[in-house]
Amino acid sequence: MTHRPAAWHAATVRSVSRETASARRIEFEVPTWPGNDAGAHLDVRLTAPDGYQASRSYSIASSGDSRRVVLAVDEVPGGEVSPFLVHELQPGDQVEIHGPLGAYFVWTPGDERPVQLIAGGSGVVPLYAMAELHDREQDSTPFRLLYSVRTPDDRFFASELEQIAARGRLEASYVYTRAVPAGWHSAPGRVTRDALAAATWPVDRRPRIYVCGPTPFVETVADWLTELGHEPRAIRTERFGGG
Amino acid sequence: MKLDGNAIAGPLAEVFGRDVTLAVMTCSGCHESAVIARAMVYVTAMGSVARCPTCDRALLVLGPGPGARIRFSMPGVSSLELTPDEPDAA
Amino acid sequence: MSFITRGFSGRGRDRDPRLPPGQTLVEDWPVLSAGPTPDIDPADWEFVVATENGRHTWNWDEMHALGVEDITVDIHCVTHWSKLEMAWRGVPLDKIFENVETSYDYVMAHSYGGYTTNVPLDELLDGQAWIAFEADGEPLTPEHGGPARLLVPHLYFWKSAKWVRGLVMMPSDDPGFWEQNGYNLHGDPWAEERYW
Ligand SMILES: [Zn+2]
Repeated sequence: MTHRPAAWHAATVRSVSRETASARRIEFEVPTWPGNDAGAHLDVRLTAPDGYQASRSYSIASSGDSRRVVLAVDEVPGGEVSPFLVHELQPGDQVEIHGPLGAYFVWTPGDERPVQLIAGGSGVVPLYAMAELHDREQDSTPFRLLYSVRTPDDRFFASELEQIAARGRLEASYVYTRAVPAGWHSAPGRVTRDALAAATWPVDRRPRIYVCGPTPFVETVADWLTELGHEPRAIRTERFGGG
Repeated sequence: MKLDGNAIAGPLAEVFGRDVTLAVMTCSGCHESAVIARAMVYVTAMGSVARCPTCDRALLVLGPGPGARIRFSMPGVSSLELTPDEPDAA
Repeated sequence: MSFITRGFSGRGRDRDPRLPPGQTLVEDWPVLSAGPTPDIDPADWEFVVATENGRHTWNWDEMHALGVEDITVDIHCVTHWSKLEMAWRGVPLDKIFENVETSYDYVMAHSYGGYTTNVPLDELLDGQAWIAFEADGEPLTPEHGGPARLLVPHLYFWKSAKWVRGLVMMPSDDPGFWEQNGYNLHGDPWAEERYW
């Protein structure tokens, strides 16, 4: 892990693109960025002309030494920051960012234990950063992802994850809670304990497990993992909410 | 909104000058220890309250003040253990 | 370092003469939860007033038997929202203190779950505060402090302790939970006593 002190930075929007119907990918240029580990997050702060400020935390989809920082922001209806980021922010605009943050919820290559990623909704962003780094570094650790998401169209980084999986560097399984593709093996519904046990590394492989999603999802999954016999210390969780 | 210690990494970094999500807090109520990232954090418009994952005691409180002032207190922490924040420390 | 982000204005902010300075009107009722929500059965609920002379206790039925009033008040949260003309039902603290002898001038309200907030006794009497059970015609939900919360509408709403379980008399105005963490000891919304 490289020493990367948290600090405030001026970030300039380089590009924005549609991620899903409700989410947008935003690429920032941050000349003073020290780089970040895969899984880290940052705080975005917006300031209005009258001095009013609002800030929110977002996981970083990119990692490494780059001065380019990628976020994928899901709009929280009625929120104060995410609707602005998703609809108003344009290339050339500047925001303040504080980071990188969160040395707990990061993965670094060079460890032999298999990795299990478990995502709920936009909680996939820091887990995508881990899978992407693992792929880019040609790391030999086996990686699995279980991704619970409303519909196939709501997947973040859908084509990137498919490409990583196609290269044999990730075993990805999906649970669709609202709508499934034609011919899918099951009806839409939430992840169950049995589905979790079937799609994740068995206990005797001693995986490192990263769970990120809304609080009820994370707590349900973490409880099941503990019941299945995974060591609590091997389960790292990050809850998100608010917009 | 109930989250966890990851959610207050930013304001805590303003207080401590570094990321402290891996710092170990010991609860003065139940004497259990946990890293800050594992605390149950209630984020509210009045401030954020980090509670012991074992007994729910309020461990850390981050309250806003006038302007951008941050008010920080540790009402339920009997000790806080920080690992060295050095280049290449794991 | 701080600069303006083009096009960002935050939420709209409006004015009404019934609104204290810095407040915005809301139609919904925001929930502020700084901890787990306790689930208290009124059958198990007990209310205590502790003084230098001893303890007085009331169960749910005994509290109601003191005399429930209907009141309509405005509430003001320090987080800048206000709600006007809310209908409440509760027992005025005047009834509770009718048979309580104390020479102490300050009160610490205690809640199930451990929350505390301090209020001077003379700001709880003379029709200024209630133990409330209903709002807008419905029993208080756990999220809003049910089965019973303190209601002190002339002070910022953090003084209206949710899940209230008792009042402890104090010789001095010691700070409660938020008051120890940057919020004003008194909390008058018209004087904008938000922080210290
Ligand atoms: Zn504890």
